[in-house]
Amino acid sequence: MSAPLLVGVVLGAIASGTAVLYATLGEVIGERAGIVNLGLEGVMLMGAVVGFATTVETGSAGFGVAAAALAGGLLNLVFAYLVISRRANQLASGLALMFCGVGLSALLGAPYVGSRIEGLNEIRLPVLSNLPVAGLMLFTHDLLVFLVVPVALVVWWVLFFTRWGLALRAVGENPTAAYAAGLSPMIVQYQALLLAGLLGGLAGAHLSLAVARTWAEWMTAGRGFIAVALVIFSKWHPLRAIVGALLFGGAVALQLQMQARGVPISSFLLDMLPYLLSVGVLILWGGTRRHAAPASLGRVFRGTE
Amino acid sequence: MQRAASPGVSLLRAGQGTAVGLLRFVVLFGPAFVVFAVVLLVAGKNPMKAYADIFSATLASGYGFSEVLVKMIPLLLTALAVAIPSRIWLINVGGEGQLYIGALFATWGALTLADLPRWALLPILGALGFVGGGLWAALSGVLRARGWVSETISTLLFNYVAILLVNFFVFGPLKDPESANYPQSAQFVPAATLPTFFGTRVHFGLVLAVLALVIYALVLSRTRWGLEMRAIGGNVEAARRSGIPIGWYIVVVMLVGGGMAGLAGMTEVSAIQGRLRPSLSPGYGFTGFLISWMAGGRPLGMVAAAVLLAIITAGGDILQMTQRLPGSVASILMALVLFAVLARRDRARGERAG
Amino acid sequence: MRPPQPEPMVTMRGITKSFPGVLANDHVDLDVRGGEVHALLGENGAGKSTLMKVLYGFYRADSGEIRLRGHPAHIRSPRDARELRIGMVFQNFTLIPGMTVAENIALFLPHLPALLDKGEIAARIQEVSRRYGLNVDPSAEVRQLSIGEQQKVEVLKLLLADAQVLILDEPTRVLAPHEIEALFQVFTNLRRDGYAVIFITHKLHEVLACADRITVMRRGRVAATLARGEATEGGLVSLMFGTVPAEPRFYRSAPAGETAAPLLELRQVSTRGEGASPSLHGIDLAILPGEIVGVAGVSGNGQRELGDVVLGLERCSRGTKRLFGHDATRWSVARIRASGLAYIPEDPLAMAVVPALTVRENMALGDTPKYARHGGFSMDWASVRTDIARTAERIALNLPPLEAVAGTLSGGNLQRVVIIREMARRPRLIIAFYPTRGLDVLSATATRELLLAARGEGAGVLLISEDLGELFALSDRLVVLYRGRIAGTFRPQQTTMNAVGFLMTGSPDAHAASG
Repeated sequence: MSAPLLVGVVLGAIASGTAVLYATLGEVIGERAGIVNLGLEGVMLMGAVVGFATTVETGSAGFGVAAAALAGGLLNLVFAYLVISRRANQLASGLALMFCGVGLSALLGAPYVGSRIEGLNEIRLPVLSNLPVAGLMLFTHDLLVFLVVPVALVVWWVLFFTRWGLALRAVGENPTAAYAAGLSPMIVQYQALLLAGLLGGLAGAHLSLAVARTWAEWMTAGRGFIAVALVIFSKWHPLRAIVGALLFGGAVALQLQMQARGVPISSFLLDMLPYLLSVGVLILWGGTRRHAAPASLGRVFRGTE
Repeated sequence: MQRAASPGVSLLRAGQGTAVGLLRFVVLFGPAFVVFAVVLLVAGKNPMKAYADIFSATLASGYGFSEVLVKMIPLLLTALAVAIPSRIWLINVGGEGQLYIGALFATWGALTLADLPRWALLPILGALGFVGGGLWAALSGVLRARGWVSETISTLLFNYVAILLVNFFVFGPLKDPESANYPQSAQFVPAATLPTFFGTRVHFGLVLAVLALVIYALVLSRTRWGLEMRAIGGNVEAARRSGIPIGWYIVVVMLVGGGMAGLAGMTEVSAIQGRLRPSLSPGYGFTGFLISWMAGGRPLGMVAAAVLLAIITAGGDILQMTQRLPGSVASILMALVLFAVLARRDRARGERAG
Repeated sequence: MRPPQPEPMVTMRGITKSFPGVLANDHVDLDVRGGEVHALLGENGAGKSTLMKVLYGFYRADSGEIRLRGHPAHIRSPRDARELRIGMVFQNFTLIPGMTVAENIALFLPHLPALLDKGEIAARIQEVSRRYGLNVDPSAEVRQLSIGEQQKVEVLKLLLADAQVLILDEPTRVLAPHEIEALFQVFTNLRRDGYAVIFITHKLHEVLACADRITVMRRGRVAATLARGEATEGGLVSLMFGTVPAEPRFYRSAPAGETAAPLLELRQVSTRGEGASPSLHGIDLAILPGEIVGVAGVSGNGQRELGDVVLGLERCSRGTKRLFGHDATRWSVARIRASGLAYIPEDPLAMAVVPALTVRENMALGDTPKYARHGGFSMDWASVRTDIARTAERIALNLPPLEAVAGTLSGGNLQRVVIIREMARRPRLIIAFYPTRGLDVLSATATRELLLAARGEGAGVLLISEDLGELFALSDRLVVLYRGRIAGTFRPQQTTMNAVGFLMTGSPDAHAASG
């Protein structure tokens, strides 16, 4: 592979993968607590539109990012209220949330369709960004990109090395046991979904403020569902999610590069990769996948929720 | 002595029943409509005018009502696509993808067999649509029957594979040479178009949908297969030990369900769009899931929910025209209605997705 | 050994708790002292579990009061109970299979720091396990442990959470005899250090073996509280049941003719168990017409798998299975049932009956091909009704109302539905799992008579039961299942329950004992 192509693909992979990774990390947290959110798409869209609008109105991308996270968190709390306090069906609630996010973001974003902004500035890391090739590929990105891997590490550490993470995993495995341990599954799940919403909002913000630097209706184009797929692909593990997101980003970037070079590989077939890979991975695990998914979550997928 | 109530009393009782039902409807969905009105207000629009527009364009006019019916047809079919598998606890969120593959198969048929007479071509297209959607769903069924992948996950993911597949064909092999660079297939010949009624756009698909609903209800309650399905749905362990072949049912039920969605795809592409485009479905598959879920898989409930959601969907198009709002704003109202149902549901243990 | 302290650690007064249709606890009084092992004895449904769940905060009593160490206690949730140093080990363990022993225990630790120190937790676990004889590997995943080891983890959880009052609900149900011995030794160690141990059971001999004081409950009320010295087996039995039960009758039959063709023949059958399920190894088993073969063993040693293999639900990875003279190794469940096999599972509600359907519809499920008409488009309900009525009359069992929804029936009625359905087809081979478990005395006797009558008509019965008395009374031949293998085959007259008990736990003394 030629150097410019490699650089293009890696740059693109990182740029595209970051948003998906944030969303995936948020979904990992939620699903580890036993809740699957099919409305992640809607959460990302709200984050994207609120982030964009705030940046336009206030002139500060920083405010935009913060507002986006907040918007995502709030929307996810609505979802949390339905599935936790009202014990509503998770799948139906997620889809309803998706519709809500799609419609609300379209409404809020109507005045901004097509406007272009500077958005998040590129940050050049001192020294490192001057390295040949690698400097451009890895060390010249916006803030959210630089933060995403540390965030993944933090999520991993919190899940496996803190008391709260232990509680969260226990709730996702067996809420009855957690309750018997004196935990409040409901509170833990609310916290998890709030966190997931914040991350989902950040994901949307990255899309509108860094990748596209504009707003268009339904600009997430299914990334929310890809995140759900990646959570499974990464066996609910935050560090493996990084790999998954890079794969997805790589596929997107490769497709763009191919198109730019007029290579007749259908972009659509490449786009299918994340979905097919996720299903493929599940088939490969065969019966052992049962041990990977948080037990309580499995009940949602089996309809015995 | 006559024990039956007099006609007057029966009518009164029926009227009371309807009144109670209507009251329940208002109490349940009222808040959703109010919140949406607030949303519209904040967006600078007049909610009363908006609702009036929707009402006059849907229920108040014959043509408007026919448009509602037009939207109902795919919704009923995709709802069935979810309801049928839900009888044995299978969750089919792949109606969208199954619809697209059904449309793809039907498109292939319409384009390659364009010389056949209408009375022969249409049933073939219908069968192709059914087979396309059915096979797509059966794939998930097999994966589930073998114990490899939950059908919830695989149908969800296959949605996007299906849409991408259709995109592939429509940008490539099936691309209409006469449409410049528009991604769409060639126009269907008249023989491949479903007949319509009374000069409206309501097409024969309505008959298919209603028929399918009726057959669904009858099969479930009267036949041996319906009994065995209800046994599986009621207690899969007991069903297994009674000798009922669970794996076989999983695949067949997914096939039939997917076939319904595929049929929806065929009717949409044949009667409404006249050609295959990537924008074929504005989320009918997901909406169907929600309809089936709201109705608990019960036929009459599904019709009622379909009417409601069809009106809301049509409302979106109307508001786009009259109020210059983005079309997806109707999704907000749909979500609010759903939230109302979701928030109120007394979750009896074992509530199904359909 | 420190004697039990005089004033009680736990006092429950006038506890009343009812559920829809059931008065589970009716003004119950209970005292438990520190440094004592207190047994809560009673039949199924006496209210013992409910009472303890009230103490643990899982339920809230309708009325009554609880005092702990003399002070009034308001226990509204398990969290309150744990703060008052009360801990409970349930029948269904509250362990998380996917997490390690240490993580499971950590979850229950009262003052867990926000940042976990895995080394320190492991050290604490080792210390307490050594002190009380509860040895487990802290880093092992719970799903890989045996049931006995899992129970140890449950007790460790309580001890490390600083509980002073330990409640165990039917702890010996899933243990082999030598594991039960070990558990009682743990009780002794705990008693020595001043803990109050309450254990719920319905097994007399356990109570007599290790309790200091015994509270007998019957139908939601306390029948009596006695010290060990005052208790006799007969006395306890009459307290539990209210009357002296009839002597169990020993049914003796002539051994079946060895020349008859076997109904069932398993030759070197092995299965591959999934996950934690045991697998069968090299099972050789034959059932002749007119013979009851009893299968003894501690639950979890392959009984269910054996039944599943015969039924056709599980594939033989090796070996052959012959049914009624044909090679049935690859037959489907439907075909095996159609050939004349009846299956009475251990839990009718979970495994044999569809709660949402009516009794009539459940009956039809026994043989849907028979009642289907027009290729499956309709069902002949009239035939279903006649067949059922005839069978009920023939086997003298009361038929529950046909249009009742199965889920609303009581356990006894459900068992009857299953039995009538299975017997309607005049089976030649009956697999019966714990058929009398949980049944009242009358129903249990009727069921046993039924099996004997079937045998009398030339059917074969595979009887799987935990009740050694029942097995010895009914079986013509007795087979012991241990870890998926047949550990021994006897005629009941030629062995003792003790010898069988040894085999059930794989004890090396088995050979010496069986003689």
